[in-house]
Amino acid sequence: MKKSSDVAAVNLIAWVVVGLFAVLATAPFLILIINSLSSEHSIINHGYQLWPSEFSLDAYGMVFQNPQRILNVYTVTILVTGIGTVVSLLLSSMAAYVLARREVRYRNALAFFLYFTQLFNGGLVTYYLLISRDLHLSNTLWVLILVPMFSVMNILIMRNYMANSIPEAIIESARIDGMGDIGIFFRVVLPLSSPVLASIGLFTALGYWNDWWTPMMFIQKQELQPLQYTLYQMLASVTYTAQMVGNMPTLNLPKESLKLAMTVVATGPIILVYPFLQKYFVQGITIGSVKG
Amino acid sequence: MSTKPLRKSPGFFHEIARHPGLYAMFVPVALYFLVFAYVPMTGVVVAFKDFNYQGGIWGSPWNGWDNFRYFFESGKLVQVTINTLLYNTLFLAAYLFFSVVVAILVAEMVNKLAKKIFQTMLFLPYFISWVTVSALVYNLFNYEYGLTNTILKAFGAAPVDIYADANLWPVLLPFFYVWKWVGFGSVLFLAAIAGLDRECYEAASIDGANIFYRIWRITLPQLKPTIIILLLLGVGRIMRGEFDMFYQLIGTNGNLMDATDIIDTLVFRSLVSTQDFGMSSAAGLYQSVLCFIIILAVNGFVRRQDKSQALF
Repeated sequence: MKKSSDVAAVNLIAWVVVGLFAVLATAPFLILIINSLSSEHSIINHGYQLWPSEFSLDAYGMVFQNPQRILNVYTVTILVTGIGTVVSLLLSSMAAYVLARREVRYRNALAFFLYFTQLFNGGLVTYYLLISRDLHLSNTLWVLILVPMFSVMNILIMRNYMANSIPEAIIESARIDGMGDIGIFFRVVLPLSSPVLASIGLFTALGYWNDWWTPMMFIQKQELQPLQYTLYQMLASVTYTAQMVGNMPTLNLPKESLKLAMTVVATGPIILVYPFLQKYFVQGITIGSVKG
Repeated sequence: MSTKPLRKSPGFFHEIARHPGLYAMFVPVALYFLVFAYVPMTGVVVAFKDFNYQGGIWGSPWNGWDNFRYFFESGKLVQVTINTLLYNTLFLAAYLFFSVVVAILVAEMVNKLAKKIFQTMLFLPYFISWVTVSALVYNLFNYEYGLTNTILKAFGAAPVDIYADANLWPVLLPFFYVWKWVGFGSVLFLAAIAGLDRECYEAASIDGANIFYRIWRITLPQLKPTIIILLLLGVGRIMRGEFDMFYQLIGTNGNLMDATDIIDTLVFRSLVSTQDFGMSSAAGLYQSVLCFIIILAVNGFVRRQDKSQALF
C-alpha cells in the first residue's frame, strides 16, 4: 500500500504520543524496581535515582526474613480471590441466566431490584454496623469474600451476553430433549458463555486481589490481612514497618528501601501475569460496551 | 412443558410455580442484595439521630436536622460538593479526551507489533491498586528522597514539597486518573473503531481526502454515540468520587485536605477516624439522594433522545 505523507505524519504522531503515554505508564514501575535494589544508604544520601549509586539486596532480605508473614498474606489473598471469584461467577451467572430468559415474566422487575442498589444506599455507618455488629463478620475470612462478591454491572453484562449470543434454538432443542431449567443452565448455557465468564471472572478476581477497603474496615487480626492492605499499612506507618521486621533495633534498618521491596513483592506477580490475561480483559470490555 | 391456553395474568405464585428452577437460581443473589443493600437502607434514619454505640441505630435519640445543619454550617457541605463536582468533571473530560485520542492514534498506527506492545504497556496501570500507585507517587514526589527532587537537585534547583502544595493537585489528580484509566478507555474506543465500516474510508481516500480529514469527518462523528453514552454514565455518577484514589494519594494529609476532600473521603474519615457518625451519615445521605436525583434526570433526558439507550 502506498504510504502517502499524511499517513506517515499521523503514524509519526502516533508513535510519539502513544509512545509517550506508554513510557509514562511503565516508567514508574521500572523506577520502583530499580530503586528497590538500592541500598538504604544510597537512598538516604541521594534519594531515589534513575540509577542507584549503591546496590543492595538488604531490603529484600528484610522482607523475606520473616517468610511466614509474607506466605500468610499471600495465602489469605489467594484463598479469598479463588473462592470469591468462583462463587461469584457461579451465582452471578445463574442470576444473569434468569434475567435473560424471556419466559421469566418478572425479569425486568428483578433487574431493577438489582439496579436500584446502585442508585441508592443506606450509608457507610449502617453498612458497617450491619456487618460488624449484627452479622458478626468482622475478623473472619468470610467478610473478605462476601463484601466484594457481587457487582450489578457484571451481572447485567452477563445477562446481555446470554440474551444476545446464545441462540434460542439450542435451548429449545435441549428442552425438547427433556432437560430441566437447571440442566440447561449447566450443560448448555454455561459452556456457551465461556468468553464472558472468562472476562468477568478476571475482572472479579482483580477486584478481590486489589481489595484493601474491606480489610481496612473489618479486619484487625493480623493473620487475616491480605496483600494490598498489608502493603497499605506498611506505607502508611513507620511503626508498622518496624513491626514487620520483628522489632530489630538495627541502625541500618532499611526503611525506605523496605517499602519499595515490599511494594515490588506485592505487585510483582500482577506485573508478570497481566500481559497474558490482557486479551480476556479486552474481550470483556468489548462485550460490555455492546449495550443490549 | 405447561403450555396453557390464553389466560389472564396467572398471578405471582403461579408464575413462580411455573419456573421454580429458574426463580430458585435467582435466590442467592437476591438474598445477598436484600441483606447487604436493602436492609442497610432502613438505617438511613441514623442521619437524623445522635448516634451512640449503646443505643445503636434504633435506640439512639433523634436530633432532627442537626447533623445536616452542622454539615452545612461547618462549610464542609459546600467544600466537598464543589471538590467532588469539579474533580469528577475534570476526570471525565480528560478521560474521554485522551482515551479517544490514544484510540484513534493506535488505530492509525501501521506497525502491528508496536501497536500490541504499546497497548500492553498502557494497560498496566489499570491492574494495580491505588495503594501501589500511592507508593509510586511517593517515590516520585517525596520531599527528601523523591525522584523529582533528586533530579531537581542534580540541576541545582530547589526541591519542591509537592505534598504540601495544594495548588498542584488539581492538575496532578486528573493526570493520575488519566494515567490509570487511559489503557482501559482506549480499548473501549478501539473496539468501537474496529466496528466501523472500512468502505467509507476507502471512498473518501479515493476522493482525495487526507488522513486528518478522514479522522475528523469519518471516525470522530461515528464515535460520538459511544462518547455520549460514557459522558452520560459519567454525569450520572458525578457525585460519587474515586474514593480509592483520593484516599491513597492524599490520605490524611492536612495540607491538601481542603483542596482535595470529596464527599466519599469525608464520609469515610468521619466514620473511621474522627468517629463523627452524624457527619458521616448526613454527608452519605446527601450524596445518595443527590446521586439518585441526578441519575433520574439524566436517564429521563436520555429517554427522550433515544429510548433504547436509557438505563431503565
